[in-house]
Amino acid sequence: MSMPMATTFGLQPVLLWTDALLFLLIGLGVLAALHARVQAPLREAWRKVGRRPAGMAAATVLLAFIAVGVLDSLHYRPLLAAVEAPKAIGERSAAVYSTEVLSVLDAMLAPLRLQTEKTYSAPFAWTLYQREPMETADGRQVRGYPRLAHGGAHLGEAPAAARAGDLVAGLAKALGQAAAAWLGIFLALATVVWRGSGHGWGEVATALLCGRTVLAWRAALVTLGVLLVVLALCVELAPRYHVLGTDKVGQDVLYLALKSVRTALVIGTLTTLVMMPFAVALGIAAGYLGGWVDDAVQYVYTVLNAIPGVLLIAAAVLMMQVVIDTHPEWFDTAAERSDARLLALCFILGITSWTGLARLLRGETLKLRELEYVQAARAFGVGTPAILRRHILPNLMHIVLIALVMDFSGLVLAEAVLSYVGIGVDPSTISFGTMINMARAELAREPMVWWSLAAAFVFMFVLVLAANLFADVVRDAFDPRRA
Amino acid sequence: MLAYLLRRLLYAIPILVGVNLLTFVLFFVVNSPDDMARMHIGVKRATPEAIERWKVERGYDKPMFINDAASGSARFTETLFFDKSLRMFALEFGRADDGRDIGQEIRERMGPSLAIALPTFVLSLVVSISFALLLVFFRATWLDFWGVVLCVAMMSISSLFYIIGGQWLVSKLWALVPISGYAPGLDAARFLVLPVLISVVAGIGSSARWYRTIFLEEISKDYVRTARAKGLSELAVLFRHVLRNALIPILTGVVVVIPLLFMGSLLVESFFAIPGLGSYTIDAINAQDFAVVRAMVFIGSVLYIVGLILTDISYTLADPRVRLQ
Repeated sequence: MSMPMATTFGLQPVLLWTDALLFLLIGLGVLAALHARVQAPLREAWRKVGRRPAGMAAATVLLAFIAVGVLDSLHYRPLLAAVEAPKAIGERSAAVYSTEVLSVLDAMLAPLRLQTEKTYSAPFAWTLYQREPMETADGRQVRGYPRLAHGGAHLGEAPAAARAGDLVAGLAKALGQAAAAWLGIFLALATVVWRGSGHGWGEVATALLCGRTVLAWRAALVTLGVLLVVLALCVELAPRYHVLGTDKVGQDVLYLALKSVRTALVIGTLTTLVMMPFAVALGIAAGYLGGWVDDAVQYVYTVLNAIPGVLLIAAAVLMMQVVIDTHPEWFDTAAERSDARLLALCFILGITSWTGLARLLRGETLKLRELEYVQAARAFGVGTPAILRRHILPNLMHIVLIALVMDFSGLVLAEAVLSYVGIGVDPSTISFGTMINMARAELAREPMVWWSLAAAFVFMFVLVLAANLFADVVRDAFDPRRA
Repeated sequence: MLAYLLRRLLYAIPILVGVNLLTFVLFFVVNSPDDMARMHIGVKRATPEAIERWKVERGYDKPMFINDAASGSARFTETLFFDKSLRMFALEFGRADDGRDIGQEIRERMGPSLAIALPTFVLSLVVSISFALLLVFFRATWLDFWGVVLCVAMMSISSLFYIIGGQWLVSKLWALVPISGYAPGLDAARFLVLPVLISVVAGIGSSARWYRTIFLEEISKDYVRTARAKGLSELAVLFRHVLRNALIPILTGVVVVIPLLFMGSLLVESFFAIPGLGSYTIDAINAQDFAVVRAMVFIGSVLYIVGLILTDISYTLADPRVRLQ
């Protein structure tokens, strides 16, 4: 289910279905932004979002997550090194590509991805977490903590003393880098705001720092500062240490957490994207046409609502699993198979959640069709499709937008629960749910392993909190009833 | 009122038929019984004889809709659709993959599920509404602001975290109650405290915030100002006027879930090893026992429709202006 494209640079770009839809969504977002620039009411609503500090801070965090997700959506298959045998000049080599599909994020995080340990190790540790039998220099068998293959390997013979100095030096360097990057961004932003503002540059810069600008730039700058510090720390320390420890099979937890972000974004956004056409079409049809169409649509969504959501999802996922398992020939690589399952999960979640949006749209359309301007259009003999396109649809878009942002956080949380129950993403897909599922018994261990769970929950909490705050601000700005 | 209820009940029939058809299509048409058998036995050992035996054992060896081999009414009754789908209307669910009667199992497991779900429901309703009233009482102060922030933060935490964290803190670190398990009778209380507590805490964030918006909408209306102008205290206004009048939107969201309490909670029951319907469903999902999942889907939709009807009745109780006809 992928579309391999022309081969370039010793790698074969792969466009998975979810990648394509994610880029489509981003494209739609860009189009919507261009549209909002020229439409005064829309521009005003977005400015209202920008004036709220919570909105700006949340948007900054969300953009950081989206950046991670986008980097993780640029997939390719690397050329297998083994077949790069010398060929006669002019002869086209039949390139063989790895069946492993990587992403740009994988390439950037190559040290994290490849430096696996044997099993659990704590954050910033230089030894494994459990005792293992090992041999001392004089050949005796003792039980001790073996050194890690990669984490803290540079610390030498006296790791405890060396690590403290190393961490402080790393911290100082990271803070310096973060400060430099933040200053650069601040200067650029101040210059952008200053141009055409009619004030002096110094005045603008002070206003930015004191939070006296129209848009809440200070909140964004503060959030950005925190993010930059975290980023710089990771860049500085992650190649030498396992910053968040390693899991049971020795994989770096930070890598897993970053990879989970894409899954969460895909579930959170694509679900709404794939269900939107149904919800909009059926909602408008039911509301505007009325009669038997209304009855039929209402019947369909009452039936879907009547089935408890989790059970409908479970039933559909079980069935989809059988279909996927009985047709292995559909997929070239394991990544494509798990991608198909991810997309199918989006569709299934969409089927169970479009009813709410459809009902809202139906109600709003019922209200709109009785308004004077719609009646006037009808009296002038404008056709139904034209009325729907020109008068009804644009006035429903704020509901769709609010649904998109409001549903996001719930879907991210739902993914974790569903994957935990075993009816979520493919077990080979890295997601918050599979991370939690793998770590479910770790708190009960002696000694306790807390970092996998903590990492998954903290990442998820930050993402969902940002999404919730952003959704609230967007709703306040776009919902006319809350003006 | 009676005529109204009768009409609603009649209206429920096509919906249940729809649910039934949908599940039938999902379970039998999308995947043939052969596919299911192959998956259950394992692809490697799935010889045609083994598949046939699996189907005969579970009664999947009949034609889908019309049995040409039989005559008379048996043409329609000796089919998968009649056996697996229509029989559910008579609450005959057949047997699970382990050979036990599903109906019997459901009756036995209803008790433990309710023992958790009912206290959770009542407690979270009381706690969330009280918290929301508190926030409304202190509206537009820093207490309200931080209360809402707390709500948003609490609803951003995964329910898995509440359960895993709560189990770890209360059961492992403080060793106050057993981590999981269940005992019949009054003994159950010590197993139930923690799951109920965790479910209540996990739900506060979103529901308290929702009730707060409802109350705030109500409090800006004219009759509230009149009540204050009469000299009523703020507390009397909140409890006697705002709470009573906010009941309709609250009932809309709340009453519909009451019958569904029978179904139990999937997550909580599986984490705390409560032998209720929630853990039954989870086990069935993990064991890919389609008969059980089908039965639970059917029961769930019946209970949902009961909930809708109860919601309508509750309106008439809460608001004398509402007449069902």
